[in-house]
Amino acid sequence: MYATRTRRARPEPFALRPGIAERLGLPYMDATLGLAAVGLVAFSVFTLGQATQHDIPGDPGYYVDRQTIYAVLGLIGMYLLARIDYSRFRELRVGIYTFLCASVSLVFVFGVAARGSRRSFELPLFSFQPSELGKLLLVLALAGFVIDGARRGSARQRTVRYLCLGFAPAALVFLQPDLGTSLVYGAITLAVMYVGGVRWTHFALIGAVIVALVALVLVVAPAIGTPILKGYQEQRLTSFLNPSGDPSDAGYQQNQAKIAVGSGGKTGRGDRATQTRLDFVPERHTDFIFAVIGERYGFMGAAFVLSLYALLIWRALRIVTLSKNSYGTLVAGGIAAMLLFQVFVNVGMNLGIMPITGIPLPLLSYGGSSVLATLLAVGVLQSIHMQARLSQKGRFAW
Amino acid sequence: MYRRGDELGPQMHNRLALRIAIFGGVAIALFAALFFRLWFLQVLNSDKYLAEANNNRTREFRVSAPRGKILDRNGNALVANRTSLALQINPRKLPASEGERRAELAQLADLTHSTPRRLRKTIHEQVTLAPGAPVTLRRDVGHYLVYYLQENQARFPGVAVERVFVRRYPDGTLAAHILGNVGEVSEAQLKERRYRGLQPGDEVGQDGVEDTYDHFLRGRPGITRIQVDALGQPTRNGRLVSQPPVPGDNLKLTIDSEVQAAGEAALAARGLPGGFVTMNVDNGEILGLGSFPTFDPSVFTQPLTQAQVNQLYRDPVLAPLTDRAIAGLYPTGSTFKLITAIAALESGVITPSTTIVDGGSLTVGGESFQNAGGASYGSLTLVPALQVSSDVFFYTLGLDMWDTGDLQHWAHKLGIGRPTGLDLPGAAEGLLPSQHWRNQLYKHGETERPWSAGDNIQLATGQGDLQTNPLQMAIAYAAMANGGTVVTPHIGKEVDDAAGRVLVEFDPGPRRKIKIDPEYRAAILEGLHEAAQAPGGTSYAVFGGFPVPVAGKTGTAQRVGHADQSWYIVLAPYPNPRIVTAVTIEEGGFGAESAAPAALQILEAYFGKRSSGESGPNGGSPG
Repeated sequence: MYATRTRRARPEPFALRPGIAERLGLPYMDATLGLAAVGLVAFSVFTLGQATQHDIPGDPGYYVDRQTIYAVLGLIGMYLLARIDYSRFRELRVGIYTFLCASVSLVFVFGVAARGSRRSFELPLFSFQPSELGKLLLVLALAGFVIDGARRGSARQRTVRYLCLGFAPAALVFLQPDLGTSLVYGAITLAVMYVGGVRWTHFALIGAVIVALVALVLVVAPAIGTPILKGYQEQRLTSFLNPSGDPSDAGYQQNQAKIAVGSGGKTGRGDRATQTRLDFVPERHTDFIFAVIGERYGFMGAAFVLSLYALLIWRALRIVTLSKNSYGTLVAGGIAAMLLFQVFVNVGMNLGIMPITGIPLPLLSYGGSSVLATLLAVGVLQSIHMQARLSQKGRFAW
Repeated sequence: MYRRGDELGPQMHNRLALRIAIFGGVAIALFAALFFRLWFLQVLNSDKYLAEANNNRTREFRVSAPRGKILDRNGNALVANRTSLALQINPRKLPASEGERRAELAQLADLTHSTPRRLRKTIHEQVTLAPGAPVTLRRDVGHYLVYYLQENQARFPGVAVERVFVRRYPDGTLAAHILGNVGEVSEAQLKERRYRGLQPGDEVGQDGVEDTYDHFLRGRPGITRIQVDALGQPTRNGRLVSQPPVPGDNLKLTIDSEVQAAGEAALAARGLPGGFVTMNVDNGEILGLGSFPTFDPSVFTQPLTQAQVNQLYRDPVLAPLTDRAIAGLYPTGSTFKLITAIAALESGVITPSTTIVDGGSLTVGGESFQNAGGASYGSLTLVPALQVSSDVFFYTLGLDMWDTGDLQHWAHKLGIGRPTGLDLPGAAEGLLPSQHWRNQLYKHGETERPWSAGDNIQLATGQGDLQTNPLQMAIAYAAMANGGTVVTPHIGKEVDDAAGRVLVEFDPGPRRKIKIDPEYRAAILEGLHEAAQAPGGTSYAVFGGFPVPVAGKTGTAQRVGHADQSWYIVLAPYPNPRIVTAVTIEEGGFGAESAAPAALQILEAYFGKRSSGESGPNGGSPG
C-alpha cells in the first residue's frame, strides 16, 4: 500500500499534458476491483450464452444479448459514477431516501405483476426493478443519516432511528412481496450501523429480537392461524432442512441444485450437463445460475467464480479502510456487506446450505436491474478509491 | 495518515479498525464455508451426485407388446387381439389445488362408473409401483367417452386415452377351458422365477394354455428410454434408447376346431354338466377337450361384475370354470372293464378263451353283486363279455384279483389316479382305490372297514371309490389301442412366428411304455368293437349305423347322491385306432343314453361322415 503510494506520488514538475489514462482517471481507480467486476459480468454472459440457447424458442441469444447490453450500460455507469465525488450523495441523502421509498412504493401502483408479486416497472426495452437499485440508494442515504446524526440524541435513540430508516424500505419491499431483497436491506442497514459504531450491546439486543421474530414468523404465527409469510415463502425458507422428492416444492429444487453442482465434479460436464439443461433446476438464468456454473464447469469454474467474488469483497473491504472520510467508510462498508450477503446467501442456496430466498447472484444472475445496480455500486467503490488517491496526491477531481 | 474521524470523532479510530477486522474475518469465514461445501459436493461426492443426475433425467416407458395369437391345428385363430382404448391419467398433470383435483376425479369417476375413492386407490397403487408412468383407470372405454373427453380436454387435465391390446375370442366360448385368460401379473407371481423381468401392470396368462405357454405368448414389451425434464416431459431429441416391442409368438394348438366345436355342442345339447376329450392315440395330441357348462373368456378382459363373480366362482353345482374333462373326479362305470380285462389277461387269471358263467349275480361273503338291469348272459368268454358288458364276468375277475394287486398294478400303469403330464393347469390326479390305500385309512380310523373283495369287485366295474376323469381314461384306452405306449397328452403343438415359421415344436414323447400282449389287445378291441357295432352290443343302437368301424365301451357310474353318470369311450377306426374319444355326462343315465350319442357327434365331426340312419337295430343292453 505504501509502496504503491510512493510510486504514484512521484514529482511531476512539468505536468502540463497529462496522459490519456491520467485524463480518464484510470490510475486512481482500483484496477483489481474493476477487473473482478468485469470478469464476473463477462463470465455471466459466457455462461448464459452456453446455457440458455434453447430457452426462448427461435431466439438463442435472448438472454445473452440483453445481459450484454445491461453489462455495457452498467460498466459505463460504473465509470461515470467513479468520476463523481461520492461525498455529494451525503448531501442528497434525504432526496435519495425519498426517491428510494417512492420508487419501491410505486410498483404497488404501476408495477407489473409477475408470479404473484409486483416488483418492477415495465419500461421500454426492459423492466426496471427499483428495489435492486434501492440497495445502493439505501447504502448511500443511510450512511449519510448515520454521519449526520452521529452527535444527535442518545446512543439508544440513534440506534432506533437507524433501524427505523432501514426498516421502512425493507418493509415496503417485503410487501411487494420480495422477501430476499428485504433481507438484503436488513443486512445493509445492520452493516452500516456496525461500521458506523453502534454499540455491541445494541447489536446483541437486535440479534435477540431477530431470533424472536424468526421464531414468531415461522413457528408461532402459523400455529395461531395468522401466517405472516406466504406459504411458498415459508416453505422455501425451511425446506433446505428437509429436502423432499416432490418436484413442485422448494426442497426438491434445492436438492436438484445440489445434485447439479455435485454432478459437475472437478472439471464439469459441459454440454453434457443435464440437471441445469433439462429444467431439473429452476430459474437457471437467475437465482440458480451458480448451479449451472457448477454443473457445466465443475469445481474449477465454480471456484474461479467464488475467487472473483472473494477478490471483489476483499477490495471493497480495503476501500473501507482507504476512504478519505467516514461517509466513504460507511458507504464502502455497506456495499461490501451487500455483496457479501448476497453472494453467500445465493451460493449457499445453490449448494444446499442456505434457504431459498430469491436473492440474485450479483453480476452473474441475468437481470438488468441487478447487474446495473451492482455495477453502479462498484462504481461508487471506485469513486471512494479515487477520491482517496486524489486526496493523497493533494488534488481533487474537478 | 488519513484525514479520518472528521465526523465521527477521533475516538472511533481504533474501534473502527477492530470492526473492519471482524468484518473481514466474517467474510473469510463465509467464503471458507462456501469453498469447503463446494469441495465437498464436487470433489468428494461427485460420483454420487453424478449418479443421481443420470438417474434423474431418464424415464423408461414400456410399450406393451401384443400377445401372440392362439391357433388351432389348422391355423384358425382361437384367440386374437384387438386394440382397445384405455383411459389413462398422468398424476403429475392433475391440478395442483386439492379442490380442483377432487372435482376432476369426481367427474372421472362418474364417467367411468366408478367412485372417486376407487380411482384414488388405483392411482395411489400404480404410482407407488411405477412412479412416473401413466395410470390406467379403465380399459375399453367407449368412443362416446373418448370424444367427450377430447372435446372437454381443458376440464380434464392429465387425462389421456391410450391404445392397448385386449384379447379377442373370435369363436366366443369355444375352447374356453383350454384357452384360459390373461390378467395383470400378481404380486405373488412377480416373485416367481418364470415371471422375472416383468413389472406390475404387465399382463400374463392366468389359466389354460395362456398360462402354460405364457413365456412364448407374452412377447417383450418395448422400452423407450427418453430423456426428460423436471416435469417428466420428454425433451427435444431426447430419445436415448428405443427398443420396439416384440410381439409374442403364435401358439398353435393340437386342437381341431371342428372336433372341439362338435364336442362342446354335443355336451351342450345334453344340457348336463360333463366333459369330453378327443386325443390322438399315438402321440397324445388332444384334438378336442371341453367341459360343460362353459363360460365366455372375454368377460375376463374387463373387471368382473358381482353377478359374474357369483356365476363363475360361487356356483358349486355348475362350476363353469371347472374343466370336468381333466379335473373331474368320477367313477367310470363299465368303461373301466378294459383295464380289468387286460389286468386279468396279463396276470394269467384268464385267457381270451376262458369261460365264465354269468348267472346274473355273484355272491361274495353274503353280499350279492348283480348285473345291471337284472340281466343274465350265461357262459361268456372275454369278447362277448365286453360286447354285452357282463358285470358278473368282471365281478369274477375282480374277485380273483382282490388281494393280488394286479388290477391296481395295471390301472396304475395305464395312468389311472396319477398325473398325466398334460400341459394345462388344474388337472386332477384322481384316486385309484387299493388294498394299501384302504387299509391305511382303516389303520388311521378314517374308514370303518379294511379292504375287502367287495372293493375290488366294485373297482373291476368302475364303481365304488374310484375317482378319475375322461382324460385319464382316454390315455388308458389309447395305450391299449397303440399297443402299450402311455402317451403324454398335450395341447400345445408348436410355436410359430408371425410369418408362420415354426420356432418350437412340442413333442413330449411317451410317458412310459408298457408291454401288452398283442393277442390280448386284439381280443379286447374286438370285444369293444362288438359292443359298439355288432348287434347285441351295448352301444350298437348308437354306433351300429356309423360307417367307420369303431371300438367303444359304455359306462354307467353310480355316484352317491346323484343320478347315474353316463360314460362312453370309443377308439376309431377299428382295428387300428387313430383317435380316442372319452365323454362323460353327469346324471346322464346309461352310457348309451347320453354319452355315446355325444361321442358319435364328435366322431362324425372328426371323420366328416354322418351316421347312416338314426340308429342301428335296438338290442344292446345298457352297460
